[in-house]
Formats: sequence, C-alpha cells, structure tokens
Amino acid sequence: MIQTENLTKSFGDHLAVDRLTLDIGEGEVFGFLGPNGAGKTTTIRMLTSLIAPTAGRARVAGYEVGRDDDQIRRHVGILTETPGMYDRLSARRNLSIFARLYEVERVDAQVEKYLKLLGLWERRDDAVGEFSKGMRQKLAIARALLHEPRVLFLDEPTAALDPEASRLVHDFVTELKGQGRTIFLCTHNLDEADRLCDRVAVFKTHLRVVDTPGKLRRQVYGRQVVFHLCGAAEAFLPVVSGLPFVSAIEADAGKLILTLDDPESHNPDLVRALVAAGADIQFVGELRYSLEDVYLQLMKDGVDA
Amino acid sequence: MDKITTIVGKEWSEVFKNKLVLFSVLFLPLILAVIPLVMLFVFRQAGADAALSAELNDPEIAALAGEMCVGLSAGDCTLVYTLNLFVLMFMILPVAIPVTIAAYSIVGEKTTRSLEPLLATPITTVELLTAKIVAAIVPAILATWLAFAIFLVGARLLAPPAVFSAFFAIHWLLAVLVVAPLLTLLAACVAVIVSSRVSDPRVAEQLSSVVILPLILLVVGQAVGLILIDRQIMVLLAVVVLVLDVGLVYLAVRLFQRETILTRWK
Repeated sequence: MIQTENLTKSFGDHLAVDRLTLDIGEGEVFGFLGPNGAGKTTTIRMLTSLIAPTAGRARVAGYEVGRDDDQIRRHVGILTETPGMYDRLSARRNLSIFARLYEVERVDAQVEKYLKLLGLWERRDDAVGEFSKGMRQKLAIARALLHEPRVLFLDEPTAALDPEASRLVHDFVTELKGQGRTIFLCTHNLDEADRLCDRVAVFKTHLRVVDTPGKLRRQVYGRQVVFHLCGAAEAFLPVVSGLPFVSAIEADAGKLILTLDDPESHNPDLVRALVAAGADIQFVGELRYSLEDVYLQLMKDGVDA
Repeated sequence: MDKITTIVGKEWSEVFKNKLVLFSVLFLPLILAVIPLVMLFVFRQAGADAALSAELNDPEIAALAGEMCVGLSAGDCTLVYTLNLFVLMFMILPVAIPVTIAAYSIVGEKTTRSLEPLLATPITTVELLTAKIVAAIVPAILATWLAFAIFLVGARLLAPPAVFSAFFAIHWLLAVLVVAPLLTLLAACVAVIVSSRVSDPRVAEQLSSVVILPLILLVVGQAVGLILIDRQIMVLLAVVVLVLDVGLVYLAVRLFQRETILTRWK
C-alpha cells in the first residue's frame, strides 16, 4: 500500500530524508519512530503529496507521488503534528468544510458519524476555540477520516491526550486496522507503537532498522530468561556455563539471566540442571524489554538497516 | 466550483467574526459615504452665514476646479470640487478593505496551523487562491457600491441640481463600477502575495497597504489642480489596472509555493 524506493528530500544543503526504502502492506499498522528532527514529518509530507521528493520514488495507495498527487490526496488521510482548526467555527462546520473539500457525497451523515464515533456530538455546535487539546485532537482525527481514506497518516496522534482519550484513540486505530486500512503512525510514545504496530521502523534521516517489535527485541537483546534463586546466583554459574544452548550468562544477586535461542525447548533442561545442582528456584520467566529500551539501544548503537 | 464556494463561505464565517475586519468592511464605507453628505449639508446651511459664505466663495477653489465649474457660482463650484474629491475615496475604499480581509485570511491560516490539512485535500492552488481572493474582493466591492449609492442619493437630495449635474459624470460611474473592482482585485492579489511571505497579519496589512499610495497621489493631484480626472483618464486607469491584475494573478499563483509555505512558515 505504501512503497518507497530511495526516497530522498533535501532542503538546500540540509539532508532531511536519505534514501528511504519501505514496503508497507495493506491493513498494516506501521510505526515510524525517531527523535525530533529525524525527518519523520518530512516523510509524511512527501507521502501525502504535500511536498515533492528531491530524489527517489514513492507509491501510495497505488498512485505515484509526484505524478498522481491529486489521487493521493483523495485516498489518504492525514493527522498533522499540530492539528490546526478554524477556532471561530463549530466542530460540525469544521468537518463539513473538509468533507466538501474531499468531495464526500453525504456530508451531513458522514460528519455526524465521526462526531458521534469520537464522542464530540454533544459539542458539535460549539466553537472549536473552546475545545480542550484532547477534543481538538479527536476532531482532527475525525477530519482525517471523513473521506474514508485507505491509507491514514497519523503524526503524534496521542501527543496531547490524557490516558482515557489515548485509549480511545488506540482502540480506534485498532478498529481502523480491522477495517483493512493501512496506518502510518509517527509517534514518540513507544508503548503505543509496541501495542499498535505490526512493524516499526527506527529512523533518523535514514532508516536504521525495520521489523516487528518482537523481532527487534530479539535482534537487540536476544531472548533472555531470568531465574530468581534463593541465595547468590553466582554459585550456579559453573552449572549453566557448560550448557551448549546458553549463549550469554549474567548473574546479579539472586538472579541468573541467560540468553537462549529457544527458551521453550531449553528451559526444562536448564531447570533440571539447576535443581540437580541444589538451586532453589523461586521463579522463571522471560525477560521482556520494552520497545523504548530497544529504541534507545538502537539509537545509541547507530545501527543501520 | 464547490470547493471555491466552500472556502469562500468558510472565509466569510471566520473573517467576519474578527471585529477589526468587520469594522473595515462595514463602518469605513459608511463613514466615507456620510462625511461628504454632512459637509454638503453644512455648506448649504453656511450659505446663510455671511462669513462662511465668503469662505465658500473662494475664487482660488474656483480656479483649481477649472472646467468642473463652468457656468457655476464660486459657492456652487466649491461644492462640486468637494464632491469630486470625495468620490475619489470610493476608489481608495475597495483597496483598503480586501487588504484587511486577505491579510487576515491567509496569515490566519498560518497562525492557526490550518493550512497543512487544507493543502492535504484535493484542492488545487488555483482553486484555493481564487477562493481567498473572491472572499476578499466581493465584500469590498459590495460595500463600496453600497456606500457609493448612499453617497449618490444623498448628494442628489442635498446638493443644488446644478451642482449635482456638474458633479455627476459618466467617468465616476466608470470609476466605481469598473475601476474600483479592478483595484480591489489588484489589492487582494498584492495582499495574497505579501501574506504568503510574512507571518503577522498586521505586517501583511501594512505592506499591502502600499497599493493605496498611487491612489492617494491621484486624489492629491486632483485636489491641487495638477490633473483633472475625466473619462479618458479613467479608461486609461482601467486598462492599466486590468493589465496589472492579470500580471498579479499570475504572479500570486506562481509565488504560492505549497512546499515553501509549509516548510518555512513558522
């Protein structure tokens, strides 16, 4: 649904996006992660035909960026980083203006549908200037969906929202994914990316890595199993160090942390070996690193795709 | 077309909630229509006052008025001279109003950050600019015509018939019905061009207001007797402004670069 090939954007001497190559499938929620100034918004602007690439190619919803810009604008929805609204106008008026610009057939019905869906129907006739940040964000999401786009670009969709409103947006994104829409999600909220995205890309001017959150975890940290033992874990280092399937060992007070390729197969052998050596095992579990840990590690390492 | 009318409707709904814009569109024309009528009324009343009557019968004004006053008394000539000066204001008015509207409508999109979602819709640059310009010029033209109609009816009622006949000439109709709309378009285009490059509505308004200067020179020229605006001058002015309009519309579209605006507007 979104394909880019060496997509590049420069502003004078400043290289904002460098040879970005991606292939995002239909119905996929794709997380685009990176620090401020990494070029994420520039990428979104290129993919929504708001600005032209300096080099490379991109196809969105089957249309070529630069050649079919009008068609791209008709088939994508965008939630911009700062969701500007017409503050003096009502929520309903704001949406009906955009519905007409997107040539939506049943303007009133569509506006009503999304105002209700995002919990803004009761405030439909209030001036948007009186809305809270969260309500404005919800209205901006409604605006991005009015024309039922197949591809949706969300730039920091929960940046200004409280946990309740964020949950609503997350549920909404999941629902949109269920409808088969492709979602390109730029976010600093890595927990959000972890929960919602099928795949994530770490990007800073050029693509660092792209994969599923789970595979990225494994790529960076491997699969680690932690054994909580009674007493010092160091005493059991000789027991596990000789096992062929253990690739790394770490002992920390009562915890023994082992890196394994396939914990499901090897955990029983490990448990048996430790128990046979006299270990009292309190708890066994897989260490789960957050996507934030992975992201920070990747940024620190400067890994490239 | 639907997109243009949508944006025009949006502009009017938004812009006219701004008190400054509302003032410039509603009150400025009314004031300009009423002031000369009040002056006319005062001058006529002054006819009974010997001292004021002497001032009104100033031969210098009669000399300045020249051909305007053939066959009129010096007092009536002063009235014709005054009406001629004020009618020029109806050419300045359509320049002042769209500058205010266009400056606020375009820079307003910048300040509220609403331009990016707008440009993400399938609206073309020509449609967007047409809508912005139409939204700025239509109220200006209507307000000017309405104010001129009030002025004309008031002048007909308050001025002596000989004065009104001497004042009312076809070139003033040409000025208000043809040149004024062309000037309105010129001012709106300048405001659009300037607004695309600044980030403060007041700066946009002030810079765009430079368009008024040549018109003020015209008023001063007529006031001091340097030129006497007649049909030929008005036709020439219409042609010049029309040519400028064509050039400025082209320039406004060319200079409205979506990418530059999105990436450089802060």
